[in-house]
Amino acid sequence: MVTVYSGRSEELVGPLLEDFTEATGIEVEARYGDTAEMANLILTEGENSPADVFFAQDAGALGAVAQEGLLAPLPEEILGAVEDRFKSPSGEWVGVSGRARVVAYNTETLAEEDMPDSIFGFTDPEWSGRIGWAPTNGSFQSFVTALRIIEGEDRAREWLEGIQANEPNVYDGNSAALEAVASGEIDVAFINHYYLFQRLAEDPDTAAANHFMTDGDPGALVNVAGAGILNTAENDEAARELVAFLLGEEAQTYFATETYEYPLIDGMEADPALPSLGEIGSPELDLSELSDLEGTLELLQEVGIL
Amino acid sequence: MATLTTRRSASRVPAPPAWLTGAGALVALLGLLPIAYLLILAAGSDESAIALALRDRTLGVLARTLVLAATVTTASVLVALPLAWLTTRSDLPGRRWWGVLSVLPLVVPSYVGGYAVVAAFGPRGTLQSLLEPLGITRLPELYGFPGAALALTLFSFPYIVLSVRGALLRLDPAYEEVSRSLGRGPWRTFWTVTIPQLRPAIAAGALLVALYSLADFGAVSLLQFDSFTRAIYVQYRASFDPTLAAVLALMLVTCTGGVLLAESRLRGRARYDRAGAGAARPPATVSLGAWRWLALAFCSVVVGLSVVMPVGTIAFWLIRGVSAGEPLNLVWDATLNSVLASALAAVLAVLASIPVAVLAVRHRNWVGVLIERATYAGFALPGIVIGLAFVFVAARFLPAIYQTLPLLLLAYLVRFAPEAVGVTRASLLQVSPRIEEVARTLGRRPGAVLREVTLPIIRPGLIAGGALVFLTAMKELPTTILLAPTGFDTLAVRIWSATSEGFFARAAAPALLMVIVAAFSLTVVLRRERDR
Repeated sequence: MVTVYSGRSEELVGPLLEDFTEATGIEVEARYGDTAEMANLILTEGENSPADVFFAQDAGALGAVAQEGLLAPLPEEILGAVEDRFKSPSGEWVGVSGRARVVAYNTETLAEEDMPDSIFGFTDPEWSGRIGWAPTNGSFQSFVTALRIIEGEDRAREWLEGIQANEPNVYDGNSAALEAVASGEIDVAFINHYYLFQRLAEDPDTAAANHFMTDGDPGALVNVAGAGILNTAENDEAARELVAFLLGEEAQTYFATETYEYPLIDGMEADPALPSLGEIGSPELDLSELSDLEGTLELLQEVGIL
Repeated sequence: MATLTTRRSASRVPAPPAWLTGAGALVALLGLLPIAYLLILAAGSDESAIALALRDRTLGVLARTLVLAATVTTASVLVALPLAWLTTRSDLPGRRWWGVLSVLPLVVPSYVGGYAVVAAFGPRGTLQSLLEPLGITRLPELYGFPGAALALTLFSFPYIVLSVRGALLRLDPAYEEVSRSLGRGPWRTFWTVTIPQLRPAIAAGALLVALYSLADFGAVSLLQFDSFTRAIYVQYRASFDPTLAAVLALMLVTCTGGVLLAESRLRGRARYDRAGAGAARPPATVSLGAWRWLALAFCSVVVGLSVVMPVGTIAFWLIRGVSAGEPLNLVWDATLNSVLASALAAVLAVLASIPVAVLAVRHRNWVGVLIERATYAGFALPGIVIGLAFVFVAARFLPAIYQTLPLLLLAYLVRFAPEAVGVTRASLLQVSPRIEEVARTLGRRPGAVLREVTLPIIRPGLIAGGALVFLTAMKELPTTILLAPTGFDTLAVRIWSATSEGFFARAAAPALLMVIVAAFSLTVVLRRERDR
């Protein structure tokens, strides 16, 4: 048996964990919740955590748990499966699927060629009143952290102030922001790429599309959902099997076809509707550097966004 | 006679039996546990935490949140009072059904209700598209304060409806009749006799609404209002820093103290029981005459906004999804779990409310008052704070019950006991201590008096309190996620897990199940409300 605290919802990964049980005979006890809530749960439980595996929506939460020394180093055969930029340098967590930042736009008011090449294009006053974002969302904050690291504090502040000056609508999360783009309430929103595909599955007439940034623009950040094993795990053998399974072909295919995410192991292709990871040209950045959330939070508070 | 109803108590206050104080103290200590946890965390905070807490922006957010709570409370009283009266005392057509419908909004989770309000009144909502042909291109701004106030009012006014209904059903009509016979008209009688007698019930319901508005996260964040709870969540979510969150949460606790004090002032120390001999008759039904059309219109608007609109939104998600080929996902396991946990929580909360209310109403010493007030501590705290407090204690010291149903129920008790306490307390205030004294002189021991005399009389109040807890426990999310046995799926968790990923169609089936279960249990409960 293996106990998983999943910051990814049952809708997304429940079937995958069932596949794991079928393939290995190992029962999975899963606790589902928001990634930040699960991270806080593990941090509060400390050494008494009954969890074996933490399966998180973003690298920031994994970093926070690792920073408290609660994650055990992963074996090399697991770490070796993905590129360095998608895992912790000290080997405490590993990315299992990729998600790209995109600008979702309303297809009734905008066309692909109307979209700026850089995320900085949206600070232009012509976008005033047309933007939506979700500043309390983990993926958004990871993006701001990336922006600070790649472009420096001053440029990051400039971007935040520029967008703020355009009076963006503040949404609760990516789903709500996309919903507003589709209804035409706003023209563009900064979100993750896969929300659109889920929306399309429920409503094929959704009037929204994804715009991917290119050429190392910070707006093209590729973040990961990942997993780590707690160093208090009682079932560490089973836990390693589970993490290895998540990086196996079956699970990676599941991510590509069912959740529209990017598979992270060699030789696997993303859904044909998506540009490949190579085409996106994500900025050069170790995701572990994204753990400096405190600085981001301070900046967001200074600019008056949070 | 009418003045007798609010005379001050001059009689000697008997000392409570030790078992009663013990039981009450236990409930209160449990309620104070989250605050103890916050104090432990905050003790480790440094200057930067204090600086953050006292920033102009933080204080501004706190002030605006308090204004929001005051607005929502006032609006809720204005909506709930007429509804409660119409559904208990008038000949409103379909009175029983309106009674159920006017309480049903409580079961709408705020993260679903928030979406419904946006879908209906948002910049691109249904109303806008209906008005578009009339040349109206932009509705008044929904996002921010107006939307948050609207959503919170729509989904929390039933707190007041329930508590006032209980009071109206138990109200002795003799006072109103005396007032009428002395020449006062129906309106003046209502304002000078009925309303003053309803004060404890209104105050109890209003207190719940105010504290609910302070603690809510779902509706305010969907409606883009920057509330204090959101500031607390940001600390948990973004910086994973429980210390800063604890400092902010303690500020919220302080405000709760202020609200509790205000409520004490509002309800005063008056007594509300019958002064005369004999038993109260059920009140006569007031004929509405031509006013019935206005009454029906009022009920329709309120129910339309608070029940039909969210249920319509859910149905729309369902139809859109199913027609696009999404499977219809009827989650019976989760339904069963939800009903089980909420029903047990309701029973537990009602049982816990009895010693607390008896101490506060019958014995009125400072211990009793403190115990009663302490049970409210948890209600204004965001669920995540209470959940983590229990995680902190149980993971360390009580591993045997950690992540079991009993622990989840204890957390529900801390979170929802005030709902039962308020209603039980208000009902108890209407029972004359004379009746209990008679039972005592006939040789009954205090425990027997409570069981055989007092509790049967306040049964409608106990049932209303249980219904409140049942409905709100059913939609409770953060404590469920943090404390439920691993793998214990509930409807609330299902709905949230789907909407958070944008799977609205998949959220629809569990959301509809939740409303149906709630409606069914409410009809049962409200039918029993009248049996005495």
